[in-house]
Amino acid sequence: MEKLMADLKAQIIQQLNLKHLKPEDIGDDQPLFVEGLGLDSIDALELIVLLQQEYNIKLTNADDGPKVFQSVRTMAEYITANKPA
Amino acid sequence: MTHSANIESGSLSRENVPGGVYITGYSIFRNGAIEKDDHLVWKEASAQHTDDFLVSAYRQMGLSYPKFFKMDNLSKLGLLVSENLLSGTDLKERYKPDEISVVFANASSSLDADQKYFDTIKDIASPALFVYTLPNIVIGEICIKNGFKGENAFFVFDKFEAKFLHQYVQTLMQQNTNKACIFGWLELMGDSYEAALFLLEKDVADKTNPFTLENINKLYS
Repeated sequence: MEKLMADLKAQIIQQLNLKHLKPEDIGDDQPLFVEGLGLDSIDALELIVLLQQEYNIKLTNADDGPKVFQSVRTMAEYITANKPA
Repeated sequence: MTHSANIESGSLSRENVPGGVYITGYSIFRNGAIEKDDHLVWKEASAQHTDDFLVSAYRQMGLSYPKFFKMDNLSKLGLLVSENLLSGTDLKERYKPDEISVVFANASSSLDADQKYFDTIKDIASPALFVYTLPNIVIGEICIKNGFKGENAFFVFDKFEAKFLHQYVQTLMQQNTNKACIFGWLELMGDSYEAALFLLEKDVADKTNPFTLENINKLYS
Protein backbone atom coordinates (compact mmCIF):
# COMPACT_ATOMS: atom_id res chain seq x y z
CA MET A 1 0.00 0.00 0.00
CA GLU A 2 2.84 2.43 0.83
CA LYS A 3 4.51 1.82 -2.54
CA LEU A 4 1.20 2.26 -4.34
CA MET A 5 0.52 5.57 -2.55
CA ALA A 6 4.02 6.84 -3.41
CA ASP A 7 3.47 5.92 -7.06
CA LEU A 8 0.06 7.62 -7.05
CA LYS A 9 1.49 10.87 -5.70
CA ALA A 10 4.06 11.02 -8.49
CA GLN A 11 1.43 10.13 -11.08
CA ILE A 12 -1.02 12.75 -9.79
CA ILE A 13 1.68 15.43 -10.03
CA GLN A 14 2.54 14.35 -13.57
CA GLN A 15 -1.03 13.90 -14.82
CA LEU A 16 -2.39 17.09 -13.28
CA ASN A 17 0.63 19.29 -14.03
CA LEU A 18 1.21 20.13 -10.37
CA LYS A 19 4.84 20.98 -10.98
CA HIS A 20 4.98 23.27 -7.97
CA LEU A 21 4.53 20.21 -5.73
CA LYS A 22 6.74 17.27 -4.75
CA PRO A 23 5.33 13.85 -3.83
CA GLU A 24 6.20 14.44 -0.18
CA ASP A 25 4.02 17.58 -0.20
CA ILE A 26 0.92 15.42 -0.60
CA GLY A 27 -0.29 13.73 2.59
CA ASP A 28 -1.67 10.19 2.48
CA ASP A 29 -4.99 11.36 3.96
CA GLN A 30 -4.97 14.96 2.69
CA PRO A 31 -8.22 15.85 0.87
CA LEU A 32 -7.53 16.13 -2.85
CA PHE A 33 -10.28 18.67 -3.55
CA VAL A 34 -11.25 22.11 -2.24
CA GLU A 35 -9.46 22.75 1.03
CA GLY A 36 -6.81 20.09 0.40
CA LEU A 37 -4.85 20.14 -2.84
CA GLY A 38 -7.43 22.46 -4.39
CA LEU A 39 -8.21 20.24 -7.35
CA ASP A 40 -11.22 21.07 -9.55
CA SER A 41 -13.74 19.26 -11.76
CA ILE A 42 -11.32 18.99 -14.71
CA ASP A 43 -8.76 17.44 -12.38
CA ALA A 44 -11.39 14.87 -11.36
CA LEU A 45 -11.69 13.85 -15.01
CA GLU A 46 -7.91 13.60 -15.24
CA LEU A 47 -7.87 11.31 -12.18
CA ILE A 48 -10.39 9.05 -13.94
CA VAL A 49 -8.06 8.99 -16.97
CA LEU A 50 -5.13 8.19 -14.67
CA LEU A 51 -6.94 5.17 -13.19
CA GLN A 52 -7.68 3.92 -16.69
CA GLN A 53 -4.22 4.55 -18.16
CA GLU A 54 -2.06 3.38 -15.27
CA TYR A 55 -4.22 0.71 -13.62
CA ASN A 56 -6.70 -0.33 -16.32
CA ILE A 57 -9.59 0.49 -14.00
CA LYS A 58 -12.71 2.18 -15.37
CA LEU A 59 -14.74 4.15 -12.88
CA THR A 60 -18.16 3.34 -14.26
CA ASN A 61 -20.31 4.66 -11.42
CA ALA A 62 -19.94 8.44 -11.11
CA ASP A 63 -21.41 8.30 -7.60
CA ASP A 64 -18.26 6.46 -6.46
CA GLY A 65 -16.06 9.45 -7.43
CA PRO A 66 -16.24 11.50 -4.22
CA LYS A 67 -15.35 8.48 -2.08
CA VAL A 68 -12.63 7.13 -4.37
CA PHE A 69 -10.94 10.50 -4.88
CA GLN A 70 -11.15 11.67 -1.29
CA SER A 71 -7.42 11.17 -0.73
CA VAL A 72 -4.39 9.27 -2.02
CA ARG A 73 -5.15 6.53 0.50
CA THR A 74 -8.76 6.07 -0.69
CA MET A 75 -7.54 5.94 -4.29
CA ALA A 76 -4.95 3.29 -3.37
CA GLU A 77 -7.58 1.25 -1.53
CA TYR A 78 -9.91 1.43 -4.54
CA ILE A 79 -7.11 0.37 -6.91
CA THR A 80 -6.15 -2.54 -4.65
CA ALA A 81 -9.75 -3.72 -4.49
CA ASN A 82 -10.50 -3.30 -8.19
CA LYS A 83 -7.26 -3.94 -10.08
CA PRO A 84 -7.74 -6.56 -12.80
CA ALA A 85 -6.11 -9.87 -12.02
CA MET B 1 -11.38 65.13 -41.55
CA THR B 2 -13.62 62.56 -39.96
CA HIS B 3 -12.76 60.51 -36.92
CA SER B 4 -12.37 57.34 -39.00
CA ALA B 5 -10.21 59.16 -41.49
CA ASN B 6 -7.99 60.28 -38.63
CA ILE B 7 -7.62 56.69 -37.51
CA GLU B 8 -6.92 55.49 -41.03
CA SER B 9 -4.11 57.97 -41.39
CA GLY B 10 -2.79 57.28 -37.90
CA SER B 11 -2.56 61.00 -37.41
CA LEU B 12 -4.46 61.43 -34.16
CA SER B 13 -2.75 64.04 -32.07
CA ARG B 14 -2.83 64.60 -28.33
CA GLU B 15 -5.50 67.24 -28.76
CA ASN B 16 -8.01 65.29 -30.81
CA VAL B 17 -8.05 61.81 -29.28
CA PRO B 18 -11.74 60.99 -28.94
CA GLY B 19 -12.78 60.30 -25.37
CA GLY B 20 -9.28 60.96 -24.07
CA VAL B 21 -7.88 57.42 -24.20
CA TYR B 22 -4.21 56.97 -23.29
CA ILE B 23 -1.64 54.20 -23.27
CA THR B 24 -0.60 54.10 -19.61
CA GLY B 25 1.65 51.06 -19.78
CA TYR B 26 2.93 48.27 -21.97
CA SER B 27 4.62 44.93 -21.54
CA ILE B 28 6.61 43.01 -24.13
CA PHE B 29 7.89 39.42 -23.96
CA ARG B 30 10.18 38.24 -26.79
CA ASN B 31 13.52 36.50 -27.33
CA GLY B 32 13.77 35.50 -23.67
CA ALA B 33 13.40 39.10 -22.47
CA ILE B 34 10.69 40.83 -20.45
CA GLU B 35 10.18 44.56 -20.95
CA LYS B 36 7.91 46.98 -19.14
CA ASP B 37 7.42 50.56 -20.26
CA ASP B 38 10.63 50.68 -22.26
CA HIS B 39 12.71 49.11 -19.50
CA LEU B 40 14.29 45.66 -19.63
CA VAL B 41 12.94 43.87 -16.55
CA TRP B 42 14.68 40.53 -16.99
CA LYS B 43 16.35 38.39 -19.63
CA GLU B 44 16.63 34.62 -19.57
CA ALA B 45 19.50 33.83 -21.90
CA SER B 46 19.67 30.10 -21.29
CA ALA B 47 16.04 28.98 -21.78
CA GLN B 48 15.88 27.32 -25.19
CA HIS B 49 12.30 26.14 -24.91
CA THR B 50 9.13 28.12 -24.29
CA ASP B 51 8.17 25.79 -21.40
CA ASP B 52 11.43 26.59 -19.59
CA PHE B 53 11.22 30.32 -20.26
CA LEU B 54 7.66 30.58 -18.95
CA VAL B 55 8.42 28.73 -15.72
CA SER B 56 11.63 30.73 -15.21
CA ALA B 57 9.73 33.97 -15.78
CA TYR B 58 7.00 32.89 -13.32
CA ARG B 59 9.61 32.27 -10.64
CA GLN B 60 11.57 35.41 -11.48
CA MET B 61 8.41 37.51 -11.15
CA GLY B 62 7.78 36.03 -7.69
CA LEU B 63 4.22 34.96 -8.50
CA SER B 64 2.27 32.53 -6.35
CA TYR B 65 -0.61 31.18 -8.42
CA PRO B 66 -0.54 27.36 -8.47
CA LYS B 67 -3.14 27.21 -11.26
CA PHE B 68 -0.42 28.61 -13.54
CA PHE B 69 1.16 25.16 -13.83
CA LYS B 70 -2.05 23.61 -15.13
CA MET B 71 -2.46 26.14 -17.94
CA ASP B 72 -1.49 25.70 -21.56
CA ASN B 73 1.49 27.76 -22.76
CA LEU B 74 -0.64 30.47 -24.39
CA SER B 75 -2.47 31.07 -21.11
CA LYS B 76 0.80 31.00 -19.17
CA LEU B 77 2.26 33.60 -21.51
CA GLY B 78 -0.84 35.80 -21.33
CA LEU B 79 -0.96 35.61 -17.56
CA LEU B 80 2.72 36.53 -17.19
CA VAL B 81 2.61 39.41 -19.67
CA SER B 82 -0.55 40.81 -18.08
CA GLU B 83 0.90 40.46 -14.56
CA ASN B 84 4.00 42.34 -15.70
CA LEU B 85 1.80 44.98 -17.33
CA LEU B 86 -0.40 45.45 -14.25
CA SER B 87 2.38 45.35 -11.63
CA GLY B 88 2.52 48.62 -9.77
CA THR B 89 -0.87 49.78 -11.06
CA ASP B 90 -4.02 50.34 -9.02
CA LEU B 91 -6.37 49.29 -11.81
CA LYS B 92 -8.63 47.20 -9.60
CA GLU B 93 -9.05 50.04 -7.10
CA ARG B 94 -9.81 52.65 -9.76
CA TYR B 95 -12.30 50.78 -11.90
CA LYS B 96 -15.25 48.46 -11.42
CA PRO B 97 -14.79 44.91 -12.74
CA ASP B 98 -17.14 45.49 -15.70
CA GLU B 99 -15.28 48.65 -16.72
CA ILE B 100 -12.11 46.74 -17.67
CA SER B 101 -12.07 45.01 -21.06
CA VAL B 102 -9.56 42.66 -22.68
CA VAL B 103 -8.88 42.40 -26.45
CA PHE B 104 -6.17 40.13 -27.85
CA ALA B 105 -5.05 38.90 -31.25
CA ASN B 106 -2.55 36.38 -32.53
CA ALA B 107 -1.65 34.30 -35.59
CA SER B 108 -1.65 30.74 -34.28
CA SER B 109 -4.91 30.81 -32.34
CA SER B 110 -4.77 27.87 -29.86
CA LEU B 111 -2.94 25.57 -32.27
CA ASP B 112 -0.16 24.83 -29.75
CA ALA B 113 -2.70 23.37 -27.31
CA ASP B 114 -4.77 21.85 -30.13
CA GLN B 115 -1.82 19.75 -31.31
CA LYS B 116 -0.96 18.59 -27.78
CA TYR B 117 -4.61 17.61 -27.25
CA PHE B 118 -4.68 15.81 -30.61
CA ASP B 119 -1.68 13.76 -29.54
CA THR B 120 -3.61 12.49 -26.48
CA ILE B 121 -6.56 11.34 -28.60
CA LYS B 122 -4.43 8.41 -29.81
CA ASP B 123 -4.66 7.04 -26.25
CA ILE B 124 -7.19 8.64 -23.89
CA ALA B 125 -8.17 12.25 -24.60
CA SER B 126 -6.99 14.63 -21.90
CA PRO B 127 -9.77 16.79 -20.38
CA ALA B 128 -7.17 19.19 -18.97
CA LEU B 129 -5.75 19.83 -22.45
CA PHE B 130 -9.17 19.96 -24.11
CA VAL B 131 -10.28 22.96 -22.03
CA TYR B 132 -7.47 25.05 -23.56
CA THR B 133 -8.34 24.32 -27.20
CA LEU B 134 -9.78 27.79 -27.79
CA PRO B 135 -7.65 30.95 -28.00
CA ASN B 136 -9.94 33.07 -25.82
CA ILE B 137 -9.41 30.81 -22.79
CA VAL B 138 -6.33 32.91 -21.97
CA ILE B 139 -8.60 35.93 -21.60
CA GLY B 140 -10.76 33.93 -19.19
CA GLU B 141 -7.71 32.98 -17.12
CA ILE B 142 -6.60 36.62 -16.86
CA CYS B 143 -10.12 37.78 -15.99
CA ILE B 144 -10.49 35.08 -13.32
CA LYS B 145 -7.12 36.01 -11.80
CA ASN B 146 -7.94 39.72 -11.70
CA GLY B 147 -11.72 39.72 -11.37
CA PHE B 148 -12.27 41.57 -14.67
CA LYS B 149 -15.80 41.31 -16.08
CA GLY B 150 -15.76 43.73 -19.02
CA GLU B 151 -16.00 43.14 -22.76
CA ASN B 152 -13.54 40.74 -24.34
CA ALA B 153 -12.58 39.54 -27.79
CA PHE B 154 -9.84 37.46 -29.40
CA PHE B 155 -8.97 37.94 -33.09
CA VAL B 156 -6.77 35.80 -35.32
CA PHE B 157 -4.66 37.52 -38.00
CA ASP B 158 -1.56 36.56 -39.95
CA LYS B 159 0.31 39.40 -38.25
CA PHE B 160 -0.23 42.18 -35.71
CA GLU B 161 -2.93 44.27 -37.39
CA ALA B 162 -2.44 47.45 -35.39
CA LYS B 163 -4.86 49.45 -37.52
CA PHE B 164 -7.77 47.07 -37.08
CA LEU B 165 -7.15 46.58 -33.37
CA HIS B 166 -6.78 50.30 -32.80
CA GLN B 167 -10.07 51.00 -34.52
CA TYR B 168 -11.88 48.17 -32.69
CA VAL B 169 -10.58 49.15 -29.27
CA GLN B 170 -11.18 52.85 -29.94
CA THR B 171 -14.83 52.08 -30.64
CA LEU B 172 -14.99 49.90 -27.54
CA MET B 173 -13.53 52.64 -25.35
CA GLN B 174 -16.10 55.14 -26.60
CA GLN B 175 -18.75 53.14 -24.78
CA ASN B 176 -19.34 54.60 -21.37
CA THR B 177 -19.04 51.24 -19.66
CA ASN B 178 -15.40 50.81 -20.70
CA LYS B 179 -12.84 52.84 -18.79
CA ALA B 180 -9.77 50.64 -19.14
CA CYS B 181 -8.64 48.01 -21.60
CA ILE B 182 -5.79 45.53 -21.90
CA PHE B 183 -5.16 44.88 -25.57
CA GLY B 184 -2.43 43.60 -27.82
CA TRP B 185 -0.64 40.72 -29.50
CA LEU B 186 -0.22 37.32 -27.87
CA GLU B 187 1.42 34.84 -30.22
CA LEU B 188 2.73 31.41 -29.25
CA MET B 189 3.41 28.25 -31.22
CA GLY B 190 5.85 25.65 -29.98
CA ASP B 191 9.12 27.32 -29.07
CA SER B 192 8.21 30.54 -30.85
CA TYR B 193 6.45 33.29 -28.91
CA GLU B 194 6.05 37.05 -28.88
CA ALA B 195 3.68 39.18 -26.86
CA ALA B 196 3.01 42.89 -26.54
CA LEU B 197 0.17 44.04 -24.32
CA PHE B 198 -0.91 47.63 -23.74
CA LEU B 199 -2.90 49.13 -20.89
CA LEU B 200 -5.37 51.81 -21.96
CA GLU B 201 -7.20 54.18 -19.64
CA LYS B 202 -9.51 57.13 -20.02
CA ASP B 203 -8.96 60.59 -18.57
CA VAL B 204 -5.71 59.92 -16.71
CA ALA B 205 -3.18 62.44 -15.40
CA ASP B 206 -0.33 61.02 -17.48
CA LYS B 207 -1.15 62.08 -21.03
CA THR B 208 2.27 61.19 -22.46
CA ASN B 209 1.04 58.52 -24.87
CA PRO B 210 -2.37 59.13 -26.46
CA PHE B 211 -3.94 55.97 -27.85
CA THR B 212 -3.05 56.45 -31.52
CA LEU B 213 -1.99 54.08 -34.24
CA GLU B 214 1.26 56.00 -34.47
CA ASN B 215 2.02 55.44 -30.79
CA ILE B 216 1.15 51.74 -30.94
CA ASN B 217 3.61 51.28 -33.78
CA LYS B 218 6.20 53.41 -32.03
CA LEU B 219 6.05 51.46 -28.75
CA TYR B 220 5.87 48.01 -30.37
CA SER B 221 7.97 47.62 -33.46
